[in-house]
Amino acid sequence: MSHRRRRVLGEVAAWTLGLVLLVWALLPTYNMLLIALDEEGDTEYAGIIWPAEPTLDAFRVVLEGDYWYLQHFWLKFANSLLIALATMLITLVIGSLAAFALGRLKLMRGWLLGNFPVLTYAVPASFLVIPFYRIMRVYGLSDSLWAVIAADVTFATPYAILILQQYAKLIPREFDEAAQIDGATPWQIYRHLYLPLTAPALAAVGTFALLFAWNEYVYQYLLLTSERKMTVAVAIAQFFDADEAPWNYMMATAIVYALPPVAIFFALRRWMVAGLTLGGVRT
Amino acid sequence: MARDPALYLELLEDQRFVRTAINTLLYVGFGVNVMMFAALLLSGFFVRRQWWVRALLAIFLLCWALPAVPAFISFHWMLIGEQGLLDSLLRELFGIDGPIWFNDSWLALASNIVAHIWKWLPFWTLVFIAGRLAIPQEIYEAAAIDGAVGVRRFLHVVFPLLANIYVVCTLLATLWTVGDYTTVFLVSMGAPARTSEVLATLGMHYAFDAAQPELGVAAVMSALPVLVPLALILMRRLHAGAVEL
Repeated sequence: MSHRRRRVLGEVAAWTLGLVLLVWALLPTYNMLLIALDEEGDTEYAGIIWPAEPTLDAFRVVLEGDYWYLQHFWLKFANSLLIALATMLITLVIGSLAAFALGRLKLMRGWLLGNFPVLTYAVPASFLVIPFYRIMRVYGLSDSLWAVIAADVTFATPYAILILQQYAKLIPREFDEAAQIDGATPWQIYRHLYLPLTAPALAAVGTFALLFAWNEYVYQYLLLTSERKMTVAVAIAQFFDADEAPWNYMMATAIVYALPPVAIFFALRRWMVAGLTLGGVRT
Repeated sequence: MARDPALYLELLEDQRFVRTAINTLLYVGFGVNVMMFAALLLSGFFVRRQWWVRALLAIFLLCWALPAVPAFISFHWMLIGEQGLLDSLLRELFGIDGPIWFNDSWLALASNIVAHIWKWLPFWTLVFIAGRLAIPQEIYEAAAIDGAVGVRRFLHVVFPLLANIYVVCTLLATLWTVGDYTTVFLVSMGAPARTSEVLATLGMHYAFDAAQPELGVAAVMSALPVLVPLALILMRRLHAGAVEL
């Protein structure tokens, strides 16, 4: 009897926790919708919790680039997309090659090097933005998307190497040895054995790099100066510069900007959990 | 850029810098530890196999997939005073007058911390879910026979097995949170009167608003005596973990 009661109590607690988490997770998103659907864009001063006369007009303005800050919206969107995709691809290539070399090839004193990449994080990305700004000017990369991509890759790769290395430990070394006996070169082992077997971790790391670039703001803001190189993240934050900005346009832009990563995330979600295993537990 | 020792004396004389250093300490200390512990507990909830828990996990992970700039701007508008969504909700549902969040430096700092946790909690929860799923089922079964269920199982089975992952993730999260610029820049915007800044935002302020890039770099570099040892411990931990397991 008491066992059953405890079970019921547990269920009730789980549902309560679930409800709290639901509100916690959705409240800021709901706030975005509330403001974006408002007609005048002054919801935040009206103190309402429900859109009085919802309209999709703000989305139309965004998609047509019909406002001063939203000129060339699709160009900015393409810039954001290019930065994110390039960051993802380059991080995957560098990360998987480095993790393969450090973890699978028997380098002399490889373990010394093995965990070295995380030392990058000793100086956080945002602390390095001022030096980066100077360096990119010296390189002639000021106002170039590649400057942002280079910065993003720098800070996404160490984590990528870490995850890939940990994940690859689950692949028995005998596989490599068997392939070697069959005459496979390291390159062939990398392509035909390492890459397919680390696929879940690659999906996790790729998503991580993509979201990293999509989240990043300060490098895009400082390294890209001209209107045509600007990204959506910078365009959104720019609304704060105006005194009387239409916040509904700002939020509609924000929602459109949030769609691609959400879509990609849900496409790759199944792989994520398997891929993020940090060493795990082996017995 | 930040070689000149005089810069550090200049920083120490600036009241704002002292307050910012304290803020950063609180921001990272509370932000990271509350976040990691919550993530560890929530990962236990999310490994349940009911359909609605899985659906909830998908919604919960949305916070992480949502880009930082839109999410934090939404937080900013949600807390913007009596007319923001949160205070409006408090008034409509419970009849409480909520505080004006950005008028008090401690409340503003707390808002930043909550926003940061909101954004990154799902990521670490996911990492711990992966860690928990890697624990073989037999260990749970053996522990259950020995009487370790519920809280006891968590304390004596799950936690020791996840301890190394927990430490590694906490160190990583600490290093990332110290460098967090976007949250404070967009949620509280340093209000009121630049008393809720952290090192990352203050450094940028010195460098670009006050046109003193050297001072800005010096401000953020002052965190290095803490950050470098943390990174070294992280490296050692990763290495130790590899040998142990």
